[in-house]
This record gives sequence, C-alpha cells and structure tokens, in this order.
Amino acid sequence: MEDLLKLGDKSYRSRLIVGTGKYKDFAETRKAIEVSGAEIVTVAVRRVNITDPNKENLLDYLDPKRYTILPNTAGCYTADDAVRTCRLAREAGVGKMIKLEVIGDDKTLFPDIPATLEAAKILVKEGFVVLPYINDDPITAKKLQEIGCAAVMPLAAPIGSGLGIRNPYNIRIILEQATVPVIVDAGVGTASDAAIAMEMGCDGVLMNTAIAGARDPILMAEAMRLGVDAGRKAFLAGRIVKKLYATASSPIDGILG
Amino acid sequence: MKIHLNGEEKEIADGLSIAQLLEELQIRSGRVVVELNRDIVSREAHGSTLLKGGDALEVVHFVGGG
Repeated sequence: MEDLLKLGDKSYRSRLIVGTGKYKDFAETRKAIEVSGAEIVTVAVRRVNITDPNKENLLDYLDPKRYTILPNTAGCYTADDAVRTCRLAREAGVGKMIKLEVIGDDKTLFPDIPATLEAAKILVKEGFVVLPYINDDPITAKKLQEIGCAAVMPLAAPIGSGLGIRNPYNIRIILEQATVPVIVDAGVGTASDAAIAMEMGCDGVLMNTAIAGARDPILMAEAMRLGVDAGRKAFLAGRIVKKLYATASSPIDGILG
Repeated sequence: MKIHLNGEEKEIADGLSIAQLLEELQIRSGRVVVELNRDIVSREAHGSTLLKGGDALEVVHFVGGG
C-alpha cells in the first residue's frame, strides 16, 4: 500500500512541506521546490506594492494546479488578523487549507496559544482545513485536534533558528496522543533534523529557512527530501532496540581455533 | 476624491470602479484579492463596485513565506 500523508480530503506522497520565502529570486524558489519533491508549499499574504506593482507574481512560478498552495498567517498577532488573512487567502481561489500562526512576540516568534485556539475555532467553523503552528506542548496539540484542526504543527525550535528538535520527549507525547497528523514546523537546520523528526513518527516536516538560507539551497532541498524519506522509511522499518553492550554480527560457531 | 489604498491616502477620479482602479494601477486582477472597508469584494464584483471618497481599500496577493 502506498504511504500517503492525508490532510483534509487530499493525500500526498511527499511528507516535506516547504516555504517560499527568503530565496534570491522566483527562479531559485521554483527550482528548490521542484528538487525538494514537496507537493505543498506555503505562501504569505501581503499588500501589493502600489507604487511599484511587481509585474511578476509568485504564482507565475508555482502552478497552483501542480502544488497545493498553503497560505500562512505569518505576521498576525491577533486572532482577528489571522482570520481576516485566511478569508482573503481563500478568496484567491487556492483552496481552503491554511497554516494558522498567531505570533505572540517578535523576538521568539513563539505562538500566542489563546489567540491560536480562538482563531482555530472560527476557521474550523467556516470550513477551513486548519494546520496550526504551535509550541511543542501536548495540551495545546490535544485542544486543537479536539477543535477539529486537520493536523497539529509543533515547532522543533524557534522559527529560522536551525536548532533542530529541542524537546523530543514532548514531541513523543504529542505523537502518542495524536488523532491527526503531526507535522514538525519550524526550527529544522539540516537534513538529520528532518530525519530525526520522521524517525520519531512525525507525519511530516515543514521548513523554509533551512533550505532557502543554505549556501546552496538547491542541494539542501535535495538533502531535505532524502532526509525526510530516510527518516520515514526508518520509522516504518522499526529500528533495533538500543543496548549497552555489543552483539556480534558474525556467527560465533566455526571460529578458527 | 481621496481613498485609503493599502494604508496610504490616494487621490483618484470620482466614480471609479475597483476594476478600473486596478487597471489604472496596472495590477492584474487575477492575482489579487480586494477588501473594501473590511469586506472582501469577489473578482466578479470588481467591475460593478464603485468607490466612494473615504473608502479603505486593501489589495493583497501571495508572496514568498514560510
């Protein structure tokens, strides 16, 4: 049976979700995303620059027929702003799946959880497929899945920090109790971070800076694809138990005496 | 007349529709979403929605983000 990531009413072969920010230009964005194998890409909603309306648009480079466009609510500090942003995004006609993030503080970019819960309730009621960015907090994860979110997305570490999973024990608890996919969102630095998340049993990984900020974003996009795949396969294969002492790999019988 | 366009005051001709304003600004309507006084205006209604002095218009689109 094919191993698919199910979000809302859609299924995906790729378990890597990538952002589209911080690339040198749209051509590099497109290339990196292509190489990453991602089928879902995040975008932000912003005012058009009226004095110099850029004739090129991100969606000229990313065909919404090929990719699921996942608008985010980055930069929103209140539930109201986040809901407003989601409604605008839906009007653009790229579907009803959104990445909900209500930021609590611009230094840490940690989420404002009460505001996230408030926005999630409204958005779920309005028919959005809500993927919320949260702390690595099992209680918040539980509340959001009870509200009806299609996944929960705990951070590995602060957005853009590249620190990798800071609290694997909390992620394990979140995984244990999850009834929806768990996607590690933010804080991944390199391919092994993504592999570790997947080996633990996470359903996917979402990242932007780790790829866009690498010296060679295209090569890192490939590394991340392989890291996520390797981690997923290792999880499905079932790793051996860790032991303190050696166990010989070669037969004990027939040793020259 | 004056309207607020993306947070800035702008002088435009009286009786302009949203579609006409976007055209004047050389903005492709297919790639943007418009909000008038906090209400979303669907693309189909751009032509029939006329602007009034003091209106607050937001024109947004997708940009790179994580």
